[in-house]
Amino acid sequence: MARAAKVLLNVPSIKKDFPIFERRVRDKPLVYLDSAATSQKPRQVIDATTDYYTRYNANVHRAIYELGEEATREYEGAREKVAAFIGARSATEIIFTKSTTESLNLVAYGWGIKGKLREGDEIVGTVMEHHSNHVPWHFVRDHRGVVLKYAGIDDDGRLRTEDYDELLTKRTKIVTVAHCSNVLGTINPVAEIAKRAHEVGAVCVVDAAQSVPHMPVDVQALDCDFLAFSGHKMLGPTGIGVLYGKASVLEATEPLLGGGEMIREVHLGSAKWNDVPYKFEGGTPNVAGAIGLGAAVDYLSRLGMDAVRSHEIEITEAALERLGRLDGVRLFGLDDPKARAGVVSFTMDAAHPHDIASILDVEGICIRSGHHCAQPLMERFNLPATARASFYVYNDEEDVDRLAAGLAKVQEVFR
Amino acid sequence: MASAHEMYQEQILDHYKRPRNKGILDPATFHGKTSNPLCGDEISLYLQVDGADRVSEVRFDGVGCAISQASASMLTEAIRGKGLPDVKALDRDDVLAFLGIPLSAVRLKCALLSLQTLREALGLPGRES
Repeated sequence: MARAAKVLLNVPSIKKDFPIFERRVRDKPLVYLDSAATSQKPRQVIDATTDYYTRYNANVHRAIYELGEEATREYEGAREKVAAFIGARSATEIIFTKSTTESLNLVAYGWGIKGKLREGDEIVGTVMEHHSNHVPWHFVRDHRGVVLKYAGIDDDGRLRTEDYDELLTKRTKIVTVAHCSNVLGTINPVAEIAKRAHEVGAVCVVDAAQSVPHMPVDVQALDCDFLAFSGHKMLGPTGIGVLYGKASVLEATEPLLGGGEMIREVHLGSAKWNDVPYKFEGGTPNVAGAIGLGAAVDYLSRLGMDAVRSHEIEITEAALERLGRLDGVRLFGLDDPKARAGVVSFTMDAAHPHDIASILDVEGICIRSGHHCAQPLMERFNLPATARASFYVYNDEEDVDRLAAGLAKVQEVFR
Repeated sequence: MASAHEMYQEQILDHYKRPRNKGILDPATFHGKTSNPLCGDEISLYLQVDGADRVSEVRFDGVGCAISQASASMLTEAIRGKGLPDVKALDRDDVLAFLGIPLSAVRLKCALLSLQTLREALGLPGRES
């Protein structure tokens, strides 16, 4: 597809929308390079949640008064925005949860444990997954006696899709994969994987926590059955997540939470579920969170996800280049910035990732160190920990310069 | 907040780069192993105790950040030759005194990992973090 000349983001102007950049940390200007963990929030998102609490706070769906109508309209409006953002056919395919983790657990429980899986059925994951896309499937294995299998990773960080030749059989019922690795940044060919899953009659479950915030994602193009992501990694509030499911699979999925809202009728001893998606939203939902997420979707849409993606490719390229030039720095993941998200994991000969993060912290630079909730991946590379810098719309090459200068400082301290 | 050079003082870096009493002891009178799952730091501690209840030999082994490894190295120096009652009485303040640097809450866990290992090796209750 021909793309117009690069549409760059105006980072200085974007930064002004994020109040947190007005503060100093460690008496230095803040360089925030941990957006893969959680993103910062623009004033538009903060205002949208405050606006709900200050002007039309009411419970949704049941109140017969104006405040309740407004709250319901905004809550459901957020669902419409999210649906449009990822190309869902209908807002009824969007379930609000508290997080990617809850979304994946909902699928594991409602489609796996309470579904039609039998002993000996197989679930195929990958070694690249975040713990939140491992542990729920352990639950399914433990409850249903299904077998878990995993596609591997090449040394350069590519998912070994050729492993699916052996892994996918008639016994495969679920194929689950991260759209982007939160450690390596690798972007996985989800459309191809979903197609192969469907060929053996399995559903495809996608952990999109690291992709939906950072690149255009179209569930029709991916043709996945479930897709999970979090609001807080895409400029939205914490405590709000999304599960997209194709209408047909959602009908066949059992709810995780029983309670108010999710029922049509309840009698002593029996209940009938409400329609999709409400049957999955037992209890008063995170109304403010959903409304804030809607504002975040508006913000990202205004920037344009193609522009966001191009911007992150540029910064990632600059980071790989700058860090690659430093002696004793080992970079992980694919060389091609177009094949990866804005996540750069690295180690240094001189210092442990914790020490790197501590010294950068003194310089006002926030990065993450550790196993990034992906211990199977870390074991694959025989690493106890890495340092990780991750980028978003408010980062620019100046931040990369500060990071590189910070790493030079690490080398100086540990000389 | 300490500067990078304050946190990584010469003595910390010295113990990190040239750890004292690194290795294993077999047999050992006491042996403990703990890890910090958050960062993958791991410390094993081996003590040999003589007939007079003194720590005659001590070794540590492990991987981790400068703070956890330096703290372990310093701890081995502090307990070698000491009587068991004194060793058992060591607490977090003693370890922080060896290190002599200000630490954030997260880094405290690194600093106190070796003490936790010691307490586990000696069968003492409670986490010192």
